[in-house]
Amino acid sequence: MAYEKVNELNLKETELCLGLPGRKEEVKEEQDVSCVRSNNKRQFEETRDEEESKPPTKTQIVGWPPVRSYRKNNSVSYVKVSMDGAPYLRKIDLKTYKNYPELLKALENMFKFTIGEYCEREGYKGSGFVPTYEDKDGDWMLVGDVPWDMFSSSCKRLRIMKGSEASALDSSSL
Amino acid sequence: MTQDRTEMSEDDDDNSQSPPLDLRSAAIADHCSSSSSSTPNKSRNCMALNSQTFPDHVLENVLENVLQFLDSRCDRNAASLVCKSWWRVEALTRSEVFIGNCYALSPTRLTQRFKRVKSLLLKGKPRFADFNLMPPDWGANFAPWVSTMAKAYPWLEKVDLKRMFVTDDDLALLADSFPGFKELILVCCEGFGTSGIAIVANKCRKLKVLDLIESEVTDDEVDWISCFPEGVTSLESLAFDCVEAPINFEALEGLVGRSPFLKKLRLNRLVSLEELHRLLLGAPQLTSLGTGSFSHDNAPQSEQEPDYAAAFRACKSVVCLSGFRDLMPEYLPSILPVCSNLTSLNFSYANISPDMFKPIIHNCHRLQVFWALDSICDEGLQAVAATCKELRELRIFPFDPREESEGPVSELGLQAISEGCRNLESILYFCQRMTNAAVIAMSENCPELTVFRLCIMGRHRPDHVTGKPMDEGFGAIVKNCKKLTRLAISGLLTDQAFRYMGEHGKLIRTLSVAFAGDSDMALRHVLEGCPRLQKLEIRDSPFGDVALRCGMHRYYNMRFVWMSACPLSKGCCKDVARAMPNLVVEVIGSDDDDDNRDYVETLYMYRSLDGPRNDVPKFVTIL
Repeated sequence: MAYEKVNELNLKETELCLGLPGRKEEVKEEQDVSCVRSNNKRQFEETRDEEESKPPTKTQIVGWPPVRSYRKNNSVSYVKVSMDGAPYLRKIDLKTYKNYPELLKALENMFKFTIGEYCEREGYKGSGFVPTYEDKDGDWMLVGDVPWDMFSSSCKRLRIMKGSEASALDSSSL
Repeated sequence: MTQDRTEMSEDDDDNSQSPPLDLRSAAIADHCSSSSSSTPNKSRNCMALNSQTFPDHVLENVLENVLQFLDSRCDRNAASLVCKSWWRVEALTRSEVFIGNCYALSPTRLTQRFKRVKSLLLKGKPRFADFNLMPPDWGANFAPWVSTMAKAYPWLEKVDLKRMFVTDDDLALLADSFPGFKELILVCCEGFGTSGIAIVANKCRKLKVLDLIESEVTDDEVDWISCFPEGVTSLESLAFDCVEAPINFEALEGLVGRSPFLKKLRLNRLVSLEELHRLLLGAPQLTSLGTGSFSHDNAPQSEQEPDYAAAFRACKSVVCLSGFRDLMPEYLPSILPVCSNLTSLNFSYANISPDMFKPIIHNCHRLQVFWALDSICDEGLQAVAATCKELRELRIFPFDPREESEGPVSELGLQAISEGCRNLESILYFCQRMTNAAVIAMSENCPELTVFRLCIMGRHRPDHVTGKPMDEGFGAIVKNCKKLTRLAISGLLTDQAFRYMGEHGKLIRTLSVAFAGDSDMALRHVLEGCPRLQKLEIRDSPFGDVALRCGMHRYYNMRFVWMSACPLSKGCCKDVARAMPNLVVEVIGSDDDDDNRDYVETLYMYRSLDGPRNDVPKFVTIL
């Protein structure tokens, strides 16, 4: 039995489903998995299988290890954000955002640019800027593919790619 | 019912001991409050000889003058049981009252017995509530206490609460009712916000201590720092590191500037390194400092950087350092000038690698208390062991607090600490791998241990070298550490470990058990073998009705028993409740529980002088 506070784990959010990040979509068929998703590491596939076969509560033990929640919150919140071409880095607290739209808006304000539209298959189109992040394993991923909670707990730093490098990512994903 | 009035439960922050609020003395209380207060019957006076030469009220005056010097509550409780006269005088002279469980008695009973209380220490929820094992709104409300004391103790000076639910209204009433109020300490509390703090800051003109520690404080967007009155303050300690709200820095700087007695200052995460620098320059008299974020505002580094090391060099009196909430590690060496003076260092919010850590700790020869994240690794612990020969207390928290995380510290770190820090008294150690050998080594090398809390984060993990259960390690701890009063166990443990505890753990007052043991016998060993046991918290262990019944001779002498996710039946709990009328037996479930279900999810029981509480939420059933 879990007595989680409002801003902690929202199991519904970590449920994998296809569609735009931050919105609640109906689950689509397996075949619709985008190329971007299939480029993800094996680990991610395994995780998804596990989550689809077991209810999430089975793998969570409430209150274990016995570390108070304020300690957990404080250990991984600030991440560095770099933008290609900008002279210095910024830092943001991922905890202050609840979903992708909020985060992307904050990034847009911070660096004074516009991110294109996200779509499952092709990533971000329209502006030449692509938000990426480095996860716990050191791999660079596209922002928006995984559910928000999974992203915010595994994101170590952000990099907004620009120009030629960004379009290379787009074309390689197709 | 046995009377065990000697030693009592003790949290790691309690310095004195407290015998139980004795049920027999409660009977005396009732009797005395109804008898006349003028001339007591001579035949009841225990000082029979002297009564022939001195009237009783003179003797009581003498006694009053003597008892004034008694501070320890253990001594005071003993004195109060000598006879009615001593009871009465002790009640008049006790100025600090400690209540370990706010539901053990009603506020009215407090104010009826003790007439001149200036200081109250009150504890509410049981510790497992910190880990989401209890629904919110369970209770432990400060409201009835503050409203009762507002009328009875207008001279109240100090309130120290732990795990209580405190509202802004409570704080407002406190600020209004006690004109001489000096110290407010809130540890692991919740229910209030910055608006409540603002009222205290503004109205308590004699305030010396405002310590908010590990509490949840809502951001009401009130500039509470500006609410302190103008002019010189009496502030000696201001701790707000847990307040997750931006503060008005200019106001803080002004406040520090007009607080000449300020010794302890703990800043929150939203105070930057540059701001810290300015504060330090204005307050070199500080002895205890919480450094805030220890990182830059989002400003470029091209301008002239403040000389942080110089600011620290000026703080010659700092002996206690904490904070580093968002550490920029390249600035860590700024603290080097104060390292050799430090007796207490808390790095437990900072992800510091061994390479960053070693040059710092190398200078901390006087360190007695050290808290850190396991990011310093075994290597960092070895450095601590090599330098900190005076270490008394060590706490290593997990950077990544998940069962499946990597775990950068292990038995190697524990072994090193045991060899280097022979004066160790208290340890809390989170890890993923441990061996019996290392735990045994600690039991042999550190005879002064009073607190041993080992948390092997993977459940049921055996000794990772031998594959055996951790029984022998914990057995050695209870056998060899003769002063042990607090124990938390983990890893793969059989009933044998509990047999050792029952056989050797004669001074244990607090015991924490999780995912351990094989059968009822385990709990039985402890309940029958540990006569000083006061606080027992158990989760997810195979202890059922048989075990619960084994402790009935103990429960009146304990502060509480917590058992969650154990195979207890409601029927048995009802039997216990029926057999022990002064025990409050709470069964805590969720709203969708079937009332007729026999299984008990969470049992929380405690003795009480005033019966079941009147603020029971709907998910709690009192049997």
